[in-house]
Amino acid sequence: MASNLQPAGLDVSATGGADTVSFQTHPSQYRHWRLSVEGPTATLLMDTREDGGIRPGYKLKLNSYDLGVDIELHDALQRIRFEHPTVRTVIVTSAKERIFCSGANIFMLGLSSHAWKVNFCKFTNETRNGMEDSSRHSGLKFIAACNGTTAGGGYELALACDEIILVDDRSSAVSLPEVPLLGVLPGTGGLTRLTDKRKVRRDLADIFCTTTEGVRGARAKEWRLVDEVVKPLQFKSYVQARALALAVQSNRPDAAQGIALRPLACRADAAGYHYGFVDVAIEPDSRRATLTVRAPESDQPTDIEGIIAAGDGWWPLQMARELDDAILMLRANHLDLGIWVLKTAGDPARVLAVDEVLQNASGHWLIRETLGMLRRTLARLDVSSRTLISLIEPGSCFAGTLLELALAADRIYMADYAEQAPSITLSALNYGAYPRVDGQSRLFGRFYGEAASMEAVAASTGTALTPKQALEFGLITAALDDIDWRDEIRLVLEERASLSPDALTGMEANLRFGGAETMETRVFGRLSAWQNWIFIRPNAVGTEGALKTFGTGNKAKFNWERV
Amino acid sequence: MSINYSDKIPNNVNLSEDKTLQRALEHWQPEFLNWWADMGPEGSQSFDVYLRTAISVDRAGWTQFGHVKMPDYRWGIFLHPSDPDCKINFGEHRGEAAWREVPGEHRANLRRIIVTQGDTEPASVEQQRHLGLTAPSLYDLRNLFQVNVEEGRHLWAMVYLLHRYFGRDGREEAEALLGRRSGDADNPRILGAFNERTPDWLSFFMFTYFTDRDGKFQLFALAESGFEPLARTTKFMLTEESHHMFVGESGVGRIIQRTCQVMNELNTEDAQKLRAAGVIDLETLQRYLNFHFSVTVDLFGADQSSNAATFYSAGLKGRYEEMRQDDDHVLKGDDYPILCVEGGQIAEKRVSALSSLNERLRDDYIIDTVRGVGRWNRIIEKAGLAFRLTVPHKAFNRKIGTFAGVAVSLDGKILTQGEWNARERSWLPTAEDRAFVASLMGKVATPGHFANWISPPAVGINRQPVDFAYVRFN
Repeated sequence: MASNLQPAGLDVSATGGADTVSFQTHPSQYRHWRLSVEGPTATLLMDTREDGGIRPGYKLKLNSYDLGVDIELHDALQRIRFEHPTVRTVIVTSAKERIFCSGANIFMLGLSSHAWKVNFCKFTNETRNGMEDSSRHSGLKFIAACNGTTAGGGYELALACDEIILVDDRSSAVSLPEVPLLGVLPGTGGLTRLTDKRKVRRDLADIFCTTTEGVRGARAKEWRLVDEVVKPLQFKSYVQARALALAVQSNRPDAAQGIALRPLACRADAAGYHYGFVDVAIEPDSRRATLTVRAPESDQPTDIEGIIAAGDGWWPLQMARELDDAILMLRANHLDLGIWVLKTAGDPARVLAVDEVLQNASGHWLIRETLGMLRRTLARLDVSSRTLISLIEPGSCFAGTLLELALAADRIYMADYAEQAPSITLSALNYGAYPRVDGQSRLFGRFYGEAASMEAVAASTGTALTPKQALEFGLITAALDDIDWRDEIRLVLEERASLSPDALTGMEANLRFGGAETMETRVFGRLSAWQNWIFIRPNAVGTEGALKTFGTGNKAKFNWERV
Repeated sequence: MSINYSDKIPNNVNLSEDKTLQRALEHWQPEFLNWWADMGPEGSQSFDVYLRTAISVDRAGWTQFGHVKMPDYRWGIFLHPSDPDCKINFGEHRGEAAWREVPGEHRANLRRIIVTQGDTEPASVEQQRHLGLTAPSLYDLRNLFQVNVEEGRHLWAMVYLLHRYFGRDGREEAEALLGRRSGDADNPRILGAFNERTPDWLSFFMFTYFTDRDGKFQLFALAESGFEPLARTTKFMLTEESHHMFVGESGVGRIIQRTCQVMNELNTEDAQKLRAAGVIDLETLQRYLNFHFSVTVDLFGADQSSNAATFYSAGLKGRYEEMRQDDDHVLKGDDYPILCVEGGQIAEKRVSALSSLNERLRDDYIIDTVRGVGRWNRIIEKAGLAFRLTVPHKAFNRKIGTFAGVAVSLDGKILTQGEWNARERSWLPTAEDRAFVASLMGKVATPGHFANWISPPAVGINRQPVDFAYVRFN
């Protein structure tokens, strides 16, 4: 019986099945959020529909959320970035009385497969990181107006905002009750942001994270859990005042017309997903997907007017949106496709020309937002639990921005044919425009920032590098001639596909991020890894585990051994 | 500052030797008196009121009557006598010895239960603080004050638990119980219904009949608790709570009696004529009943509640008359019928018994409520009149649970919003109803005299005559 209620859909290998998760939506289709814009302020009003779960078997009570709710939040953020460029502050709040948000729906978590939970958490983490990314890079400031109970993932959403304002009605509290109530972690950045972002003293954080009822009023401020506590009658006006004060700090434009984000044109069939510039070919038998990103087929506008006129059809933006969607579709709907082969095609000159525009006009809001979109999309690739193999073949287009796809890969193979050998070309954007979650460029990460390697590569910027040069610089894993290529690549892929998917996920996540940690790497590393471990332990998900028994009136039965 | 505890605070908890309690009360007791001065019955501080004071838990001990100024009232701390063999009677710990200290793992839930219950006690005093100005008789004024001081004592009872068993957190929560204010938007009481005003005496009687009865059922459920101090405290509170039910039931009954009397005298059922004669027509009574009933059934919470399930399984909060239920008192595989909306109609479905414990307590409450309404109807019947009061459908006018936001008629039919709007005025008190009832309110302060809209009681308090000076204004 219970298995019928499992959010399935994750194991469908063909595309377009009834259970396929789609990440595309539009404000007119929202069921759980309302987006309104007034002057420099956007308000995101959470009002989850109890019967609007993305999967059957649970009710989204008390503004709790599931993947479907978060897909709308992600969409709304995109709308604010691109369709409302004059918005400077986003107020995240709730339409429900005395409840801001009670976090991820526990019954959903209890019913979900391990993979669903992990994927859900990754997406929600990325969305919250994306809010901070926009605050850091695009001048978009966020206020959590916590007008009621702010629990678990609700508080984690607030933590992702620049400022947290909690209503002081003597009962509304912020809380992270995951440990005492559910036997899991506040895994959407909660533990990490308490320490790294808000600098809550560790013993106070320890009390906070083991107290089901949370902390309210003056103490919440004293402990740095919130920035301000405000009486109900002053709450709205205080939030407005802070929104305007934050807006002053923003450097988004005073007057600008946004561009519409139209639904992506995507044809899904048994062979894969087919977008305008991105194609995903699915090979279920060999458990891999091949993503091919194509350069623009015509010259792209070089002036702002032309770019605005092109709107969401401007190549870097359309490509980024398509690639983002493709990554999400593969991650949510094709668990067994363990290898993503990354390819490109087209004229490198056109990509480099676009890079030049991106580089030179990065002060303009639309260019800045497009760079942000590319940055977040590429960062999604870095944290995807899939083997990434880049193949640089004749006709490919690994230049500038598109070279990032190769640099994100675990291995890069380049065809070194006698004739028509491909090249790769670095652009200025490869040196920091697209930092990974560890804050480093992929190039810097590749060479651990060592000056000799970095300087040698830098000198070649703008030059088409032959396979031999690329190999010499350490930019690729191997250069294979036309006799070796076919078999070598086949063996690499077949061998890879035979290894333990769990071990590979762990290994890749470790090797991809050498060196310094950031808050985001700690979220995806320390926090997520422990959370995902707990998610498979019987103490959480066994038939008598805390996640399964929550709300049934049955008490969790723990194995008391500390591991 | 030292307090002579046994003299000031009657108790059976060995207060004079309990340093923990003494320290907590040294701070809290003056705060309580300040609160009473600020938020207790308005202008009543110097009155001598004929009150019942509990000085011990035996029958003679809790029926001590005498005139006393309310600020000097001896709010005491009493627990029902302890049973050394007391067991946990339900849930996963069934059969184990009852807890005499708070188990660490249940600290947060127990504290929440106690704080939520405790918060309603001062809240109702605050809600009723203006009523003394318009009491229909000294007898009723005294009953109001008795209810008020006993709500105060119930606050003490919950504060005792917080002070004695919950350490520093408990002291903070006890202080917060005095800090919140009913109806203050910035600083409200925890439960919505306790932030509504009690604007007139009809509302007061309805409140004590319906809403205090919710308190009774909550106390019954807590009296089953495996945390023995909570069970013993609430058992004793129940002896006092029954007086509040009596005030409500007899108060509404006396209004009905007076209305029926005038209906017969004037030989009319015409509401306008009755209003002109200065009594409350039965239709208006029905609308008040509908309102108070529906607001109160909401207080039991959502029909399916994971908290209720957890509280039961953990042994913290039982069912009404738990030990009279003929089942395993664990309820793991059991189910229970709740209402739902199906195809535009109200239907019944069976769900986990554990998660529907709120609904079950609500159903027990409704059975008890209906009985009292039957007794009111017998007054009407005795007067030879055809009118009968009815109790609305459980889904009527709900703000919490499955039926929140669903328009449901008095008899349980799902309506469109338009249909509801058209009928609402005939089902719930209108502004005109409230204005009319308000217009009747006026202070009657002569012993033995009663306002025109209410009959005198058959007998006085503690065998005193009806015209006894229950309150002396000095």
